[in-house]
Amino acid sequence: MNTESNIRLLVDTLTEQREKFLTQWTRTVGEDLRGRLSTAELGRELGELYDAVLEAMTAGSLDSRGEHFAETRSLLIELSRNRARQGFTPTETVRSVFALKEVLEPSLTGDADSARAYLQFARLLDGLGLLTSEAYLRTREEIISSQAEQLLELSTPVVKLWDGVVGVPLVGTLDSARTQVVMEKLLQTLVDTDSTHAIIDITGVPTVDTQVAQHLLKTVVAARMMGAQCTISGIRPQIAQTIVALGIEFGDIPTNASLSDALRQALKEVALDAEDDVRGLL
Amino acid sequence: MTDRVPVLKIGEVLLVSIQTDLDDQMVLDLQEDLSNRIVATGAKGVVIDISALEIVDSFVGRMLAHNAAVSRILGAETIVVGMRPAVAMTLVELGLSMSGVRTALNLERGLKLLRRIAAGRA
Repeated sequence: MNTESNIRLLVDTLTEQREKFLTQWTRTVGEDLRGRLSTAELGRELGELYDAVLEAMTAGSLDSRGEHFAETRSLLIELSRNRARQGFTPTETVRSVFALKEVLEPSLTGDADSARAYLQFARLLDGLGLLTSEAYLRTREEIISSQAEQLLELSTPVVKLWDGVVGVPLVGTLDSARTQVVMEKLLQTLVDTDSTHAIIDITGVPTVDTQVAQHLLKTVVAARMMGAQCTISGIRPQIAQTIVALGIEFGDIPTNASLSDALRQALKEVALDAEDDVRGLL
Repeated sequence: MTDRVPVLKIGEVLLVSIQTDLDDQMVLDLQEDLSNRIVATGAKGVVIDISALEIVDSFVGRMLAHNAAVSRILGAETIVVGMRPAVAMTLVELGLSMSGVRTALNLERGLKLLRRIAAGRA
């Protein structure tokens, strides 16, 4: 018996007993998912999938990567995307495909011919299962990377404290990627708000080692090059101890114990400038 | 091409607005023109506007520092204004801190700073 007759046998069986197989398949998958997806929804998904597979096989193909299965593949990718977003496990997702094997087993293992056809069909389903798990993983990776991006955005706000004064409350560890983002945002805000003073508050930074200090210095130097005064505030006693113990040099960069001190100093300078303007000195 | 960057005189201030990316010859020409003009006009301040520059390499960075030093000897204070965030970040990564150069956020603030320096308040 060759592949064509096997396919014909499979197509005939699948077409004849469509309702029965589909009901069983939906039930098996439904048990796996334990009611986290409505039966109607599941029935619709699997029905579409069943018909797509049947159509591809009617066209005479058993190759899961072939062009006849394009429709099936896109349905499967859609299905695993949804599953990944809804928080189902990879096993539960791939089982949706493999369950069809269990459903077909009793009807197709009666004699040697149909058993051979069944094995070929099983191979097809294995291919589709792999595809599903790949799509699932890809979706999860997309979710993770977009979350990492959001976290980066969330953790680096630049706030305007006063006319001409912006503040950056840093929370969490400072690595080179975050420094880059902080620097970019701070410098852009300086330009946008026409500010002359920037205060970087490190109250929320748990530790300051040479690496972190290096990053802070870079940010301050960059802000200075744009023509803004930059102060570091919120240095806790332990952090001050560490900085001195490590021999980190902040040079002529002004530092303050608290944000309020830094803000007072900045406001004083801003007021002085404004005074000069009013006097018509400038 | 023998483009030269124009050096404009406004009162006691010379304004250099760099509008295109500079090649090495233009940088050298500018250095010469600027020092000549300071002597000729007796300017007290120089404002170099680099807001149009998207790329500042180490050569241009050194030129700015060099110009500032030369101008100071000739009795004029140099302010570099309008540096873009991306440029500032690149210069920091290159390790150039331009410590001898005064900077301001934009042309307006640069001119104010010059007047303040002239009044002995900065």
